[in-house]
Amino acid sequence: MEVLLGITGKDFTLIAASKAAMRGATILKVSDDKTRQLNKHTLMAFSGEAGDTVQFAEYIQANAQLYSMRNETDLSPSALANFVRGELASSLRSRKPYNVNLLLGGVDPITHKPSLYWLDYLASLASVPYAAHGYAQYYCLSLLDKHHQPDISLERGMELLRLCADELKRRLPIDFKGLVVKAVTKDGIEVMPFDEDEVVKGT
Amino acid sequence: MASGYDRALSVFSPDGHVFQVEYAGEAVKRGTCAVGVKGTDVVVLGCEKRSAMKLQDTRITPSKIGLLDTHVCLAFAGLNADARILVDKARLEAQSHRLNLEDPVTIEYITKYVAGVQQRYTQSGGVRPFGISTLVVGFDKGSEQPRLYQTEPSGIYSAWKANAIGRSSKTVREFLERNYKEDMDREATVRLAIKSLLEVVQTGAKNIEIAIMAPGKPVEMLPVEDIENYVKNIEQEKQEEAAKKKTGRTPGTGAAAILTRGTQGESSEQ
Repeated sequence: MEVLLGITGKDFTLIAASKAAMRGATILKVSDDKTRQLNKHTLMAFSGEAGDTVQFAEYIQANAQLYSMRNETDLSPSALANFVRGELASSLRSRKPYNVNLLLGGVDPITHKPSLYWLDYLASLASVPYAAHGYAQYYCLSLLDKHHQPDISLERGMELLRLCADELKRRLPIDFKGLVVKAVTKDGIEVMPFDEDEVVKGT
Repeated sequence: MASGYDRALSVFSPDGHVFQVEYAGEAVKRGTCAVGVKGTDVVVLGCEKRSAMKLQDTRITPSKIGLLDTHVCLAFAGLNADARILVDKARLEAQSHRLNLEDPVTIEYITKYVAGVQQRYTQSGGVRPFGISTLVVGFDKGSEQPRLYQTEPSGIYSAWKANAIGRSSKTVREFLERNYKEDMDREATVRLAIKSLLEVVQTGAKNIEIAIMAPGKPVEMLPVEDIENYVKNIEQEKQEEAAKKKTGRTPGTGAAAILTRGTQGESSEQ
């Protein structure tokens, strides 16, 4: 019951991930951070098999940072997304593939265009305006279909996330302990204050 | 000297020399000069830049000062092409260390690694040693203590308060020995680094490159205008000093005297 959500807007990409670390039906931790920063303008959220996720994400993170050090320039979000897809594709064809699903969000360091990529363990890659992984897809995509516009402001983006969180809390059978929300803008990555108990009014 | 023992690589001569390593040391002496100076809360790297040719694009020509990780900086003297390979290996190790240990490398660790690679290339077949010496500077994670290390082609590494490598390094090191003070602030440290380089760099500000590191901050490359100001300031001070203890000389010979000192040092080195 891990939740990953992503929304792009006018000049930002929002990524949200559930805070519960679970093993079977047991919650081990309520402050888990399922995201890793790849470089100044790119953030990756992950879900899937327990050990695989962090291992894979940190491997990608190390490679992204190595590229930045070697070339004195950061890879763009799209370049990173395609790199990650390549790694997942070769992993898939190995003896023991990584079971990891990802959302990769960023803002292009030069054009400042926001972007969001949806990847799964079968190495499919899609560039999308908003995305979800796991059960969240069933509840949130329809909401976002209705309410999302490509040129929304950051405030409106946060509002949509609150709408999604509210819906998930209502319908998911297991408490996912709220969301960590991070915003990628041209100025970098920032943790956004997110209050789960805030009352959501109909929009 | 060339009696067969400098043909095959990494072979001892009967009197205990490994000539290839010593030749690598010669390559370092021919490389442009680099200095490193530690202050109380900064560490400064200075480099002599080879003067660019008319059509060369200096903005995108690679520098002799490079980052190994966000908190470690390296300057080298010797063969540029060799340095590129060594720097790349060090960057890979720095990221690998982060991935495996969840901590950035310490300055000593990465120096030891760089020196280790250099040593390996003096003892294995089919390779030649790296023709470079390096200065590695930076701050360990969570530490305010500046670090400055040197590595040599043989694989020796050592820690310093201030040091110079490359062409005329002896002159510069002696200058640093005379003028180094404990507890220098940022201003004084940068000034000493530039002043020591001016001992051997004739053309002044446009052939000097300065990198400053402070704890928890990204590396700062000093803009040319700032370096020019320091140089002007230093030249003026030198002239005043020369005028003060002048005997029968006319003013203006002060600068000339400084230039001659530089060239003398150079010739004694080579």
